[in-house]
Amino acid sequence: MSESLMIGTRIRERRVINGLKQSDLARQVGISPSYLNLIEHNRRRIGGKTLIKLADALSVEPTLLSEGAEATLISALREAAGRADGHTAELDRTEEFAGRFPGWAHLLSSLNARVTDLERTVETLTDRLAHDPHLAASLHEVISTVTAIRSTSSILVETESLEPEWQNRFHRNINEESSRLAQGAEALVRYLEGAANSEAEIRSPQDEMVAFLGHHGFHFPQLEGTKDVTAIEAVLDQDTIMNSDVARRLTRDALVQYQADAWRLPLSEMLAKVAECGPDPEKISMAFDCDLPTVFRRLAALPADAIGAVGLLTCDAAGTLLFRKPLHGFAMPRDAGACALWPMFQVLGQPQVPVRVRLRQSGRGQNVVLALAVAEQVAPATFARPALMRGHMLLLPDADDDSEIPLRDVGASCRICPLRNCPARREPSIIMDGF
Amino acid sequence: MNKKVLLIEDEPNIIEAVSFILSRDGWDVKTHSNGHDAVDAVRNRTPDLIILDVMLPGKSGFDILKEIRSEQQFALTPVLMLTARGQVKDREMAEKAGASRYMTKPFSNAEVLDAVRSMVAQ
Repeated sequence: MSESLMIGTRIRERRVINGLKQSDLARQVGISPSYLNLIEHNRRRIGGKTLIKLADALSVEPTLLSEGAEATLISALREAAGRADGHTAELDRTEEFAGRFPGWAHLLSSLNARVTDLERTVETLTDRLAHDPHLAASLHEVISTVTAIRSTSSILVETESLEPEWQNRFHRNINEESSRLAQGAEALVRYLEGAANSEAEIRSPQDEMVAFLGHHGFHFPQLEGTKDVTAIEAVLDQDTIMNSDVARRLTRDALVQYQADAWRLPLSEMLAKVAECGPDPEKISMAFDCDLPTVFRRLAALPADAIGAVGLLTCDAAGTLLFRKPLHGFAMPRDAGACALWPMFQVLGQPQVPVRVRLRQSGRGQNVVLALAVAEQVAPATFARPALMRGHMLLLPDADDDSEIPLRDVGASCRICPLRNCPARREPSIIMDGF
Repeated sequence: MNKKVLLIEDEPNIIEAVSFILSRDGWDVKTHSNGHDAVDAVRNRTPDLIILDVMLPGKSGFDILKEIRSEQQFALTPVLMLTARGQVKDREMAEKAGASRYMTKPFSNAEVLDAVRSMVAQ
């Protein structure tokens, strides 16, 4: 059926959706019901005034009646229908669907586009691991050198009375191979680090938020000392980092919180206090008569040149990380699965007891950081549900005069944690037994 | 007379180490280090056993093995394949191409000795 002939069908559908009788609509538009009936059955061409009046009476754009939904949307829907496995879409009614439910149709088409994008990303990543020539070459190089070293060194160890010339030769070979191995390992590390920065990286909305906040150094001068909510939108409008609406929504919430915190603890007063007593949440809390969680967030939002490195983590009662400001030298998992020994989880069990402890994260570097943890009630208890709690953990570099504060060995997440005999372990480590 | 083994491998230090342990074990070791003319080397040396690396410059170990097996004289010569990849697919390919045994790098010297001894009755 041709486009123009479909106008009548669209008018009829709209009228039915709006719950209008044919005679009522005809009266509103000033035509006879029988004429409208002919139009609705595509037996009279209409245009001009009558079309505009009908569109007006049906509260739709005239073009929606005359042209139906846009051609691109229709073709996007056909494409989406093409992927149907097991489900058969009513292809012959695509236009009708797009015309009657434009919102759903657009949603379906954008979801389909997103799925296609993600499929491509997954393919790229799978390809990269399975067939990447650089990765394969680097690995081959490493394995070849390891094979030579292993074989040569065991000759040196196991052969009794090995002639000096052979000994020298094998020593030289091992030396040669080990420097090749070092290069190969370096190439691998470079490759893997580079891989994480490539554009095909899959990021969660939370990662996007952290990337955005990190890009601004977690500090937003535009949001200091103002209650104007349009300032938040202005910050978000300049964003070029976040891809998903979910990330933007999360970030908006974080910025609303930022603005409220900044109003409660103004920047100049905070900076003066930190200059006087250092980043000591307790002293700041008492000086401004302010709760600790707000002080934590404020400290994490000060410009880095004024306060130095400050990390902050926030979790809900299910242990999911809601906010993280990384601190160099302290590894954090991306969303859930953090080390159960972290004090931010401990304070959820005893909300009235803040904890201050030095943490030594096992594994690389063995850095020690100072952790201050406090619980916050974000929604009061009702008879229908308990109070909703959050845990906050402020992370500061370990200072010399902190040495009397107890030290605790913790991990980041079990998968990458080498701590042995840990009662908090919930899954085996991938690095514990391998090396 | 000592049994002859032909080692086709392109890493000089692996060649040196494996040649050393096999010679000490009483084998007559010949080596060859590229894929192009590896089959010619097999024809010239007529070894009792072939140790063949999968990743060779010029030609893959699988292709070389197929050619070796297509010649009647070498249809039954034991071939030990060496590879840096432990994937099931590689092992299947090696078996299909006619490998007698398959070993993944990095191997230990003892493993190599065990393998070659069991493949050729001395």
